[in-house]
Amino acid sequence: MLKKIRAGIAILLFTLITFYFLDFAGLLPDKFHWLAKIQFIPALLALNAVILGILLLATLLFGRIYCSVVCPLGIFQDVAARISRLFNKKKKKKRYKYRPAKNIWRWSILAVVAIAFFAGFTLLAALLDPYSAYGRIVSSVFKPVYVTGNNLLAKLFSAFDNYTFYKVDINIRSIFTFATGGITFLVIGFLGWKYGRIYCNTVCPVGTILGFLSKHALLRIKIDPGKCNKCGLCEMKCKALCLNSKEQKIDYSRCVVCFDCLDSCKHDALKLVPAFPAKKTEIAGNQSVDTGKRKFLATMAVSVLSIPAVYAQQKIKTLVSLKPYKRQTPLSPPGSASADHLLDHCTSCQLCISKCPSHVLKPAFMEYGLGGMMQPVMDFEKGFCNFDCTVCSDVCPSGALLPLTTEEKHRTQVGHVVFIKENCVVYTDETNCGACSEHCPTQAVSMVPYKNGLTIPSVNPAICVGCGGCEYICPVRPYRAIHVEGNEVHKQAEVIRETKKKEIEIDGFGF
Amino acid sequence: MDRRIFLRAVALSGTAATLSTSGALDVLAQTVVNSQTGESADLVAVMGGEPEEMFKRGITAIGGMGRFVKPGQKVTIKPNIGWNKAPELAANTNPGLIAEIVRQCFSAGAKEVTVFDHTCDEWLKCYENSGIEDAAKAAGAKTVPAHEESYYREVALPKGKSLKSAKIHQAILDSDVWINVPVLKNHGGANLSMSMKNLMGIVWDRRIFHRSDLFQCIADICSLDKRPALNVVDAYRVMKNNGPQGKSPADVVTPKGLFISQDIVAVDTAAAKFFNQIREMPLDHISYLSNGQALNIGTMDLEKLNVKRIKM
Repeated sequence: MLKKIRAGIAILLFTLITFYFLDFAGLLPDKFHWLAKIQFIPALLALNAVILGILLLATLLFGRIYCSVVCPLGIFQDVAARISRLFNKKKKKKRYKYRPAKNIWRWSILAVVAIAFFAGFTLLAALLDPYSAYGRIVSSVFKPVYVTGNNLLAKLFSAFDNYTFYKVDINIRSIFTFATGGITFLVIGFLGWKYGRIYCNTVCPVGTILGFLSKHALLRIKIDPGKCNKCGLCEMKCKALCLNSKEQKIDYSRCVVCFDCLDSCKHDALKLVPAFPAKKTEIAGNQSVDTGKRKFLATMAVSVLSIPAVYAQQKIKTLVSLKPYKRQTPLSPPGSASADHLLDHCTSCQLCISKCPSHVLKPAFMEYGLGGMMQPVMDFEKGFCNFDCTVCSDVCPSGALLPLTTEEKHRTQVGHVVFIKENCVVYTDETNCGACSEHCPTQAVSMVPYKNGLTIPSVNPAICVGCGGCEYICPVRPYRAIHVEGNEVHKQAEVIRETKKKEIEIDGFGF
Repeated sequence: MDRRIFLRAVALSGTAATLSTSGALDVLAQTVVNSQTGESADLVAVMGGEPEEMFKRGITAIGGMGRFVKPGQKVTIKPNIGWNKAPELAANTNPGLIAEIVRQCFSAGAKEVTVFDHTCDEWLKCYENSGIEDAAKAAGAKTVPAHEESYYREVALPKGKSLKSAKIHQAILDSDVWINVPVLKNHGGANLSMSMKNLMGIVWDRRIFHRSDLFQCIADICSLDKRPALNVVDAYRVMKNNGPQGKSPADVVTPKGLFISQDIVAVDTAAAKFFNQIREMPLDHISYLSNGQALNIGTMDLEKLNVKRIKM
């Protein structure tokens, strides 16, 4: 029964969040961003006390239910394990076997991630955060499949003059992020397929933190030595590999409370019961940790990580200058306040990129430096930022993009316009154009009289919001006549003065 | 007996079928009568009413929708839906006008009516917030997407000077007739946007227009063999400056005008002259008009035309 409830909630949440990432047509309203906001690392980064409190309290009460029902990467592994069962029916009986805890690994990885994070290098946390890793899997692997399916349907239906489905660009914007998502899919999928929740109990920093708490959980599964005949059925069912049937012990720091073991026992020896006397067994396991080794590993990791970070900082300058397009400062999305704020809070889950209706966000490569790889950066190759749209900052679960109202968005200057007259067709060809001004929502780019009745762009960076409409549409290549330069720290654009509306009286047609 | 009834039914339905096709002939006959009495106009200018009412008066004056749309035809309507803006901001064609045109097409016997535009802002938002998607659908038309290159097909423009070919939306190419329904507004690049400029929304690549003499390219695209059967310029609300997008309601005035003609250059000339009463805009600064005339697409000389003016 407990297992069925667990599986039911897990499947529901997993399906919803997966679909929320895939759903380009807005079938699930934006309000479903709570699916991302209840995730542990994003809540931690957003300093969302309510969510964190609930998650921690739940862990102290019931153990790692976050891992068993909320975490999409955890459920993804369960799905992989479930599918693997369909493929090897013969080995069904020998599925899982107890493994001793790899506590040195677990704590070292957590320490390295934490130190790197506080040193301003978020990439590692971003790579290992299970929610974000799953987000990248969906974006890199499932979304192209979903969109391809949609496009086939669109093709089929439009052949019959039905436009219920419309074509969507598959739009892989960063090979690096695409590859990271693909590799994560293969590695975690393989581990889940073969070894159950081994990732959660060896690598995952959230697993380690929650495991520390779940050791002291109020409710836990206990083996009744009087009833148990050490048949080992429960151990074979334990995907966390934490149940030692020979010694009749469970490592609660690794138990993900899936309740699979409960139903497996033919003698009713396993029960979920309150833990009144503190258990000594698993604490002993923890005490055996060699702290000296842990410190050594942590120190080493910091130095290993800081070297490429420093290197990247130096490299970024040369890389930028090598680009044919000379944007000096990358454009961080509206709501990020500054590239630094983004760098400190974003775990690159790709949700904002998936949800951006204008395809203006893409995963960064080296724009922000090594630590900011895969974080969202604005790019005007495929589109420009819609003036009235606040989707990215609405959905961000980690507080990397802070929510903006439409009015705040209208005044948020992520960058400012730069006009290069020498590249402009009005100047070079003496023909009309005006594409940039046409796309400018604030008229920071306006057309002013030039000569022979021509008009030429004139820019007012003070009222520019940096949406990139001008840069997107400028027809001049390879160097455009107009582009947007990023603001390291976002500014407030000057408010457009509203001129009074004046009606006009016309009597005739004028001809 | 059964067979007799059956045969009678066949005969009756046969008669009915001939009756329904003769509807078109009636309309033709009507236009003949109209032209004989000198009532059929080349260009109709209407002002002072609501968009729907002005269109009803205008289309009647030019011979009725049946002159342009025949029973069983597939009709495509091309409004300006370029921007994610509410109807009051006049960046897009009036949705009420579109709905009325859709209804008239159906009463003329159209089999189906399709509405689309290649938008500048994100297309779903434009279709929705312009009010055009809802209005068109409520009137029985369908809206089709235009945001992907695969909806377009390459077409040669042998008469074009700068633009020799363009990728045109299939809704235009696959229609029996199409109706061009722009909104009259100021435009940063083209000075004025009307019927001719509205054809930039039937092509895939607009950057090439801007890169290779915008005013010539606008005229060139209008040399497309498949001309609009009718051009209807919505000047109910007019964006007088900061076009084509506008930045505030202060950019909009409400002169309540409407212009209808088969001649795309003439209808734009008329609309431009109307605009000049709101704000000065010399016709030689809108040189796609003279470029269009040079390509024999239409005439700027309104004196040569039978112009009908209706004040409501």
